[in-house]
Amino acid sequence: MSALGDIGRNLRLLPSTLRGSIVRHGAVGSDRARSQAVFSNFFLHVHATRVHKHSLRPSTTWGLGVVALILFGILCVTGTLLMVYYKPSVADAYDSVKDLAFVVPTGRMMRNVHRWAAHGMVAVVLLHMARVFYTGSYAGPRAFNWVLGMVLLVLTLGLSFTGYLLPWDQLAYWAITIGANIAQSPREITDALGVTGTFDPGGMTRDLLLGASTVGQEALIRFYVLHVVVLPVALSVICAVHIWRIRKDGGINRPVDIDLELGPDVRGGRAIFPEGSGKTYGLMALVEGRTAAVDRGPEHTVPSWPHLFQAQMLLLVLTTLAMLALGYFFDAPLKEIANPAIPENPAKAPWYFLGLQELVSYSAFAGGIFIPTIVVIGLMLIPYLDRETDGAGRWFAGRRGKRVALSSALFSALFVSGLLWFTVEAGWLRNWVPDIPQLVITVFNPGTVLVVAFAAWSLGTVHRTGSTRMGAIALFTCFLIAFAIMTYFATYLRGPNWGFYWSASDWPELH
Amino acid sequence: MKDVEKKPLQESERFASEVPRRDLLGLAAFWSFIGTGVVMVAGALRLPMPSVFPETGSKFRIGKPDRYAVGSSTRISDRNVLVLRDGGGFRALSLVCTHLGCISQREESGAFVCPCHGSRFDATGKVVEGPAPSPLRYLEVSRMPSGDLVVDRDRPVPPDRRLAV
Repeated sequence: MSALGDIGRNLRLLPSTLRGSIVRHGAVGSDRARSQAVFSNFFLHVHATRVHKHSLRPSTTWGLGVVALILFGILCVTGTLLMVYYKPSVADAYDSVKDLAFVVPTGRMMRNVHRWAAHGMVAVVLLHMARVFYTGSYAGPRAFNWVLGMVLLVLTLGLSFTGYLLPWDQLAYWAITIGANIAQSPREITDALGVTGTFDPGGMTRDLLLGASTVGQEALIRFYVLHVVVLPVALSVICAVHIWRIRKDGGINRPVDIDLELGPDVRGGRAIFPEGSGKTYGLMALVEGRTAAVDRGPEHTVPSWPHLFQAQMLLLVLTTLAMLALGYFFDAPLKEIANPAIPENPAKAPWYFLGLQELVSYSAFAGGIFIPTIVVIGLMLIPYLDRETDGAGRWFAGRRGKRVALSSALFSALFVSGLLWFTVEAGWLRNWVPDIPQLVITVFNPGTVLVVAFAAWSLGTVHRTGSTRMGAIALFTCFLIAFAIMTYFATYLRGPNWGFYWSASDWPELH
Repeated sequence: MKDVEKKPLQESERFASEVPRRDLLGLAAFWSFIGTGVVMVAGALRLPMPSVFPETGSKFRIGKPDRYAVGSSTRISDRNVLVLRDGGGFRALSLVCTHLGCISQREESGAFVCPCHGSRFDATGKVVEGPAPSPLRYLEVSRMPSGDLVVDRDRPVPPDRRLAV
């Protein structure tokens, strides 16, 4: 009888017991309760319970990492929706994308948002990398997280590349063809050495990507699997580690003397948790890591809830609005259906690969594999070659760094523009010595000249300033500016047959 | 390890003590674990590597010789091949750019130019300009018993090899 009564009582208590069984914290009426909520909630515990004021300043990060993550979320949602209608087959892919654009309810909007979020993610990830670099946030224990960031950049580019192959339009078909041939381009070297018969890494990668000797159904399904499963899962896992490591390293990097600079906490020594703080407070406020507020007390910190969460929600709203607006006003392009007999003329990759396309137009192996590999490995090594911690957490590590960045930007701009002008005007080795061996061009072409010049400039900076950090700033700035100029050059000044034209109105009539 | 005895170990004992039995089992377990991982990864990576290509083969027919006039050059569009016939016989020039696989297009001058990265080839396929590492390829032309001409996409031949008809 009493057991039956228990059921009645338990039923009455159901709303509160249910809530209690799901949410492990109490009402969130105070800073302390909210901190406890952040601490005990799975989704919130990614954040520290308290966040330093410096981290919340817009100029510290511009929210770029968070925006990149938001864009990835948008991409996962819109991408999953697109998968409902998209058919990864050579016969149906193009039509199914057309259906998405013209028949499926909200299909065009979803595809547009997916496309803009993808472009946005590439841009934001690049800016995020620049922010982390210029604030010296790869220093000390964060070195490996910078490496993970590089992996995430490569994965982001891989996702973009595999993504624009799927509609099976002209862009897709020729991008796969060129991509597969770049994968095969180590043959430039192995052919020159005459060992392709026994050692052919190029041909092997190409076979692995295409699953056939020509671009077709096998290739499409492979890139589809990469795009919807392999790369997103890899990116999610590494992204989780990336964020986890930021937390373990004490949150967003900040200058070691920032607390001194900010002066005494405005609350003037008031207890952080005035509402009779429990024993857990000390534990919650502390985070492992060299830059955390260990033994210093949480001066100049504010509760993550609401301050950090409001900032993140604002970024979510702004990012979503921007994507919706872009998706509403600008349609994602879809070219003509793939035609294996005639590439577009000019056949241009999306903007983020156009700098590479310019490099590839000098030498397939040097521009497509050697230089990108050198750049990625070079970027990964930066925190291990530059171990200075002075000025870490400050933009450009202070005034000297700003000067180095400016002079390097100027040097790079002049050098790259000059080299491009020279190449357009005078041509390159083959124009002067028609029968020159390919190996010479692979080793010595405008792309490799740039790499050597930048390396020399950077070493010169190290020598001149006596600081590896300044050398790193010089090198990074050189490559960043070169990337921007090459991208601009290939986007606006390259025309039919990859020729140089000041404007598209100068393009010749094509037949 | 509670080895309280101080007396020097015999040769055989010393040898035995370098890899005690328990450690040996531990090492065996550890390397089994590593081995399992290697087998898993290698096995997973083997599958996407095709042992047979799905295509129907690299040879294709281009019709009877009398389709082509002496001195003509005919583009077989869906095969990206230019069939050349001169007094000496037949040749097949592949239009696939040797740089990154785009299809080079013939200009009115007879030269070939690739739209993707600007490689230029003269009328014989020799590289004149641009990033292409080697000349356009000539492909083997042969004749079937039926009299049809056959081109083999995978069989490059020297530029002067002709199939006399």
